[in-house]
Amino acid sequence: MNDPNRNDPERVQAFMMAALDGELSVKDQAELQEMLDSDAALRAEWERLQTVKEVTTSMTYREPPEEVWDQYWDSVYNQTERKIGWLFLSAGLFVVFGWAIWRWIDLLLADTALPWIVRAGIFGAVFGGGVLFVSVAREKWFTRKRDPYKEIQR
Amino acid sequence: MEMVLEREPSVVSERDLILRAQAGERRAFGILVERYMRRAYFAALGFVGSHDDALDLSQDAFARAYRARHRINPDMPFYTWFYQILRRLCFNFTRDRKLHRNKLRDQKCWIADDAAFRSSERDPVRLVEKREARELVRSAIEELPGREREVLVLKEFEGLKYREIAEVIGVPIGTVMSRLYAARKSLARAIEETTT
Repeated sequence: MNDPNRNDPERVQAFMMAALDGELSVKDQAELQEMLDSDAALRAEWERLQTVKEVTTSMTYREPPEEVWDQYWDSVYNQTERKIGWLFLSAGLFVVFGWAIWRWIDLLLADTALPWIVRAGIFGAVFGGGVLFVSVAREKWFTRKRDPYKEIQR
Repeated sequence: MEMVLEREPSVVSERDLILRAQAGERRAFGILVERYMRRAYFAALGFVGSHDDALDLSQDAFARAYRARHRINPDMPFYTWFYQILRRLCFNFTRDRKLHRNKLRDQKCWIADDAAFRSSERDPVRLVEKREARELVRSAIEELPGREREVLVLKEFEGLKYREIAEVIGVPIGTVMSRLYAARKSLARAIEETTT
């Protein structure tokens, strides 16, 4: 706050914010007052910001119904349990259906009466499905790794 | 020790609760949730402006925190760590809402008149004027960029000091002040545009 660059806009803005929020020292308060007295435009801006502060001070969050808090932790725990349940269910279904599809393809390919064009079709479908799966999984993995809000997280 | 947790959860230290939760004591994490659920809910409400969404997001953040409890550093404040999960969920949520152009589920419901202020204002005309100004400011807050809205909400509705805001969102105090200035300037513009 004791920067020698007195009229630096960022410094003036910081002074105004700190003054509005009661976080400005007495010494800096006096300096801000001097700036406001000598600059009409700054004074006008200060008054506008004061109006905003006055309005926001008169606002508060709307309280939710009290029963929300009674069930809060139980809901969190239930969510966790269900997520774990879904994870196991999905993994299990993936394995079972994967195995079933594999067995079905194996049986089809073992059928010597199957025309070569159908065999090629089965191969194409399996290959295409595999490529799609790997592509989507890779994209998801990279999206997770690269935080889209890293400039916010800092 | 379970008895101690059951009887006087408020006296058990945060570090102790984290260590117990990491050791598999579900109730210990439950006490942490009960300590911070209001703060988390209101923080989410400030981001998304809808009761149902704020409830879902804050609970989801706690559920994620529970699954990742082994990564919590017991020597650091729990809420600062937890808030990173919550804010990310909220930013993602608001981004998706904008992408899909979804409307707020219960718009206009997240802000109320402060009771102390209401009782202090005697002039009915001025009371109506102030109410209109609040309505304008509420709409303008919903239009603010996420980062500015976050800082404004932490300052005005959660009453944090600049140092505390800087700590939870992980930016220097100067950045907090400049975001706050930008937010308030937008709100002042919104009020001015309507009055002129």
